[in-house]
Amino acid sequence: MTSSFFLDGKEIPFKEGQTVLQAAMGAGQYIPHLCWRPELEPHSSCRLCIVIISGKPFSSCTQPAMEGQKVECNTPKLNAMRRAVTQLLFVEGNHYCPSCEESGNCKLQATAYHVGMQDSHFPHQFPIRERDSSHPRVNLDRDRCIRCETCVRASRELDGKNVFAIHGRGIKSRLAVNSPTSLLKDSGISPDDMAVKLCPTGALTVKRVGFEWPIGQRIYDKESLATIELREYANQEAVHG
Amino acid sequence: MTPIANMQLETAIHPEGLKRVVIEPITRVEGHGKITLLMDEQNQVKQARLHIVEFRGFEKFIQGRPYWEIPVLVQRLCGICPVSHHLAAAKAMDMLVGARKLTPTAEKLRRLLHYGQTLQSHALHFFHLASPDLLFGFDAEVAKRNIIGVIQAHPAIAVQGVMLRKYGQEVIRVLSGKRVHGNFAIPGGVNKKLTKEDRDYLMKDLDQVLEWSKGAVDIARGIYTGNLAENASFGAFRSNYLSLTAPDGSFELYDGGLRATDANGQRIFDQVNNDHYLRHIHEEVKSWSYMKFPFIVALGNDDGWYRVGPLARINNADRMPTPLAEEERRRFAAMGEGGPVHATLAYHWARMIEMLYAAEAIRDLLDDPDIYGDDLLTQGERALEGVGVIEAPRGTLFHHYVVDETDSVVKANLIVATTNNNTAMNVAVREVAAHYLDGQELTEGLLNHLEVAIRAYDPCLSCATHALGKMPLEVELLAANGNLVDRLVRNADGHCEEK
Repeated sequence: MTSSFFLDGKEIPFKEGQTVLQAAMGAGQYIPHLCWRPELEPHSSCRLCIVIISGKPFSSCTQPAMEGQKVECNTPKLNAMRRAVTQLLFVEGNHYCPSCEESGNCKLQATAYHVGMQDSHFPHQFPIRERDSSHPRVNLDRDRCIRCETCVRASRELDGKNVFAIHGRGIKSRLAVNSPTSLLKDSGISPDDMAVKLCPTGALTVKRVGFEWPIGQRIYDKESLATIELREYANQEAVHG
Repeated sequence: MTPIANMQLETAIHPEGLKRVVIEPITRVEGHGKITLLMDEQNQVKQARLHIVEFRGFEKFIQGRPYWEIPVLVQRLCGICPVSHHLAAAKAMDMLVGARKLTPTAEKLRRLLHYGQTLQSHALHFFHLASPDLLFGFDAEVAKRNIIGVIQAHPAIAVQGVMLRKYGQEVIRVLSGKRVHGNFAIPGGVNKKLTKEDRDYLMKDLDQVLEWSKGAVDIARGIYTGNLAENASFGAFRSNYLSLTAPDGSFELYDGGLRATDANGQRIFDQVNNDHYLRHIHEEVKSWSYMKFPFIVALGNDDGWYRVGPLARINNADRMPTPLAEEERRRFAAMGEGGPVHATLAYHWARMIEMLYAAEAIRDLLDDPDIYGDDLLTQGERALEGVGVIEAPRGTLFHHYVVDETDSVVKANLIVATTNNNTAMNVAVREVAAHYLDGQELTEGLLNHLEVAIRAYDPCLSCATHALGKMPLEVELLAANGNLVDRLVRNADGHCEEK
């Protein structure tokens, strides 16, 4: 027997063990997210996938789908909150889209468009963060890091390297490199690592190839974030079940 | 015409008690600047200066950024000629990746982008910014002396200006993805090929663009020669000229060697390798402007200042590579009677000859089979230092970068076209102030004469101010009677002293 719940009134089937987000994505219903990746353990830190269940907020990436539950997702109030959360991500880093090589390929930027972000709204914090360009092939620009820990998890779970960690707490937390010198050049990072490939912003990039993708041929130039994410999830499901 | 440019009005010997007249902001130019005059009780001009009051700091804040980011980052210097900064930086980055010679396709596509930009920028300046002065008169009614007035009185000319600019913008969009601040040139080449469909789209309107460009030269020439005596002497002065030229001495906008000529048309230097520009060009800083003052080293900072831009390029070129532009260059050169044309207002005429050249060059490139090639990138032995020089619409543009082993920029020097014309624009202001305003009761029309002189150079004031921490400053405390009470000076090295 197939179980199901209701997402904004629409019936969503799910399999045992699936989260609300997984089931929704599998049913073609996009829920905004930044720190969640289908191939990684959920992290529940970006707060974009928050939904309301029985009047209470839950991260849909960690909340198990349950029979018959009523989930609110695409509501004006939640969308406004997602927009504010995205704006906070922008102002607490240093994100200069006009000169960023990831512009057009950046999931953070695409998310900002998706949630209707028109401006930063909140005062910019202008934090001072160190860039690590010591590695010959990989660049770490902490100005663009949103501390979603995608690289931390990908390095550990997919690359088997454990190159990254979050150091410090709260507003002073930053991405740290697990190497004798704390520099990328002395870590085991490689440009082919999933930690680099899955970074949703331009914090981790492969050196010397920036801007090789012309405007009009970048990831989010032709298709929306939701379309791409749903297709990738469907492909992932088809391969791994 | 003044035999030697008027340098006397730069600083009044006794500024105390003089009347101060300020034109702020200067209108119909890009960026923010002001003109100040100090005049005595008889309205005799004692000091005339062009001040650049905005401040950018690009040379400083690009330090630490990866080199491949720079061509996209520095184009944000400007909204009118971002392509110039994009290409100058990309040329410097070519040196860093060892791409001393681009593939034919890459170089021709970059040239196409550059000519599109030259066309749109020149059209913008002549039709939108300068034509109100030229068509109505320098002291015409101020309510009429603007682009709206041009649209009402000369709708056909106004429409041509808009459409010419639109065409240039379309060339830029097709190649770089956006009309302003696109993304095309990358270290070692370009990131996108031109399709047959793109080519056909750009060819569609080209005949009309050529006709309008020819018409624009006729208008500019007609205005200049229609009142030759007045136009040839207005804000005119003898000067040196600097530009790129091709190895055979012909006109060049994208590449080539540096050529400097003196006021008589004699060579000061020729075909100087771009990498060696610092051997020939230095910059001076002055306390009253955020813009630096470049000069030719061999002549010193008093006599070595020069002019760049359309007037310098047409004066310096032995010939134009395209037939229609060459025909017009010959007519222009005849006005110099064997030497350079020194008239400030001749800039407009020269600018329209360049716009015609740009249209012809675009046509030639679109007919060239190389332009459809797939070989877009090249590289060679890496280097840690790169210089890119290009002829931007407003003049010679220098980009110079040093990177470290981590690919990060550690040093940058930008000498922007308008900066090269800094002394010349100040001299033009002094010339006009001395000849038209001295002893006169000031009116809006008279003050506009100063702006007309500045506008002829098509300055981009926002492009021209980058230095951070290098600018000397003077702060003076004056008593009510004008007597100096205290004075604090910060030198170019950042050291402060009381004087």
